[in-house]
Amino acid sequence: MSAGALDFDRIDITDVTRQYGRRRALSRVTLSASAGDVIVLLGPNGAGKSTLLNILSSLLRPTSGAVRYGDTAAADAGDALRGRIGFLGHELFLYSDLTARENLTFAARLYRLPDPDGIVERGLVRANLADRADDRVGGFSRGMRQRLALERALLHQPRLVLLDEPFTGLDDRSADALVERIAELGRHGSIVFAATHDFDYAARIATRATVVNRGRCCELPMDGSPLLTRYRTALAVEAA
Amino acid sequence: MISVLRSAWLIAAKDLRVEARSRELVYTTVFFAVTAVLIFAFSFVQEDSTVPPGAASGILWVTLTFSGTIALTRTFEREREHDTLRGLLLSPVERPAVYLGKLFAVLLLLAGVEAVLVPLTGLFFQAPLGRAPGLLCLLLATGTLGFASVGTLFAAMLVRARSRDVLLPVVLFPIVVPVIIAGVRGTNALFTPETDLAVVRMWLAMLVSFDAVFLSLALWTCGPLLGE
Amino acid sequence: MTRAVPVVLLIAAAMLAASPFMIDAAPPEVTMGLVQKIFYVHLPSAMIFMVSSVMCGVASAIYLMGGRSAKADRIALAAAELAIVFGLITLVTGPLWGRKAWGVWWVWDARLTSTLVMWLLYWSFVLLRRFGGAGSETLSAGVGLFGMALVPFVYWSVNVWRTLHPMTSVVPTLPASMGIPLWWDVVAFACLFGALFALRTRVERLRTDLDSALADADE
Repeated sequence: MSAGALDFDRIDITDVTRQYGRRRALSRVTLSASAGDVIVLLGPNGAGKSTLLNILSSLLRPTSGAVRYGDTAAADAGDALRGRIGFLGHELFLYSDLTARENLTFAARLYRLPDPDGIVERGLVRANLADRADDRVGGFSRGMRQRLALERALLHQPRLVLLDEPFTGLDDRSADALVERIAELGRHGSIVFAATHDFDYAARIATRATVVNRGRCCELPMDGSPLLTRYRTALAVEAA
Repeated sequence: MISVLRSAWLIAAKDLRVEARSRELVYTTVFFAVTAVLIFAFSFVQEDSTVPPGAASGILWVTLTFSGTIALTRTFEREREHDTLRGLLLSPVERPAVYLGKLFAVLLLLAGVEAVLVPLTGLFFQAPLGRAPGLLCLLLATGTLGFASVGTLFAAMLVRARSRDVLLPVVLFPIVVPVIIAGVRGTNALFTPETDLAVVRMWLAMLVSFDAVFLSLALWTCGPLLGE
Repeated sequence: MTRAVPVVLLIAAAMLAASPFMIDAAPPEVTMGLVQKIFYVHLPSAMIFMVSSVMCGVASAIYLMGGRSAKADRIALAAAELAIVFGLITLVTGPLWGRKAWGVWWVWDARLTSTLVMWLLYWSFVLLRRFGGAGSETLSAGVGLFGMALVPFVYWSVNVWRTLHPMTSVVPTLPASMGIPLWWDVVAFACLFGALFALRTRVERLRTDLDSALADADE
């Protein structure tokens, strides 16, 4: 199957539930996104944000409900679908004993990209690590690793970008660069989901915002008022 | 098919490069195997330095099983750091390629252990390694493949499980019993003074069919088994 | 189906209560004498052990290949647990007989070794389930499936050692006076197995339903 055949402009999550024994991580979530959307997922720890991202990544099966990527259901999409998804997890998927360049080259080959060397060079420049390219990742700071992991996740120009706490460990300059990068992804028609606790950055990247609380999703209105206020109102409404 | 093998090799080569840098697995596994052989020597070799019949082949295979389990646990512990196994599973690479890549890496590591272990048993327990070196190598190769083909799959699945260190042998040992029996009996038939090569070939045939069945089964099921 | 459980359990209990009298009435075997009576318990439990291990393997395969049906998972789990129970009966009664027949409690014979290995395998299924944490359903299904593929290999590999175990081919040639109590016990054990199996799958279903209900109540 060619990668183009799997390109999708929208994602539909319908009535998705994920249960772990007695705990329900997601409860009947329904959510749609289309090309260009940058959706921030807000919510307390353990609310189900990571579970939602994992289900979107197609690695975790919902207990019930369905996820569709364009016209293809997740269940019968096959291996090629994962080639259209980029994931930056809390763990960064980097090998400490390999250098920055080796890590990116390995990823580029895994994704079977044409011209891996050129792509890797551009990625290193974007991560602002060109001068440290041949140092082992084990010696990098959290912020440097985070920048490298972001490039690793975006190397194959995914249609769906899933970011779990992408601002962790970044200094102001890198965080500003990441905000710009996410905006650019949206402009190029990617669908971005970003789970974060940082309301300042969330407000800067979001075109839509969703609160995930106790396994349920609730979309916030985009009325121009401060995001934190809308978030607190939503939580208060739900508690009542 | 070609792309599966190429990706498998890519993953195995990555493992080899990481290992070449740290050499942690080779050093610790080989050292473990040597100390295990010593413990067996203390428990089996008689006061007058005679080795009981059958001890050499038994010691060889038991040590291989134990150090193989350690090698499997450590190999996948490395992929658990920074969740890199999930990174592999998130890529568009087919599941069988991930499985085969890890299998290649484990097999190469175990071949290195055997390169030390086998001469050592010859030296310590007067095992006649030179009697039919080709058959001995075949027994070792098919036995190791049988052990590693099942072990790699279950070790990969256990990466996300709790108490994985103890659960791997719990799951693996009952399944590889036929491999151990065939390996020990075949090697023993080779080492005894009245060597019967027909018996050796019979056990070898059993190992080959075990490898064929369990490798195909692993390749067939690794999609659903590694998927979630 | 669950309504039939008490009835089947009663039948099993009644049949098992009657079976000592039937076994007593059967003629003593010439060479083994009284110890041969163990065979009336040993063989039925071994048969049920085999049935439950096949059930576990098939259910595991269906679970893995057919979209993770919760029902297949429950069947595999119940079958694995019952394989442990009936395997234990087989493994305890066998040596009791073997002590008299062979002079030792245990011989490394094909049947004995393969039964022991398979029994351990169902232990690893259950241990995995108990201690594996989230996602252990898939893992244990892998064990069930590989275990089913393992049977011929275990049997082949241990069969090359001399087989001491009596052949099952003697069963059809038994005189009716011995055959009737034997098949009586086979039916009794099958009823017991059926009832326990239905109960165990039901408990497992109720457990997942309860988990769901508790999760609902949390919300």
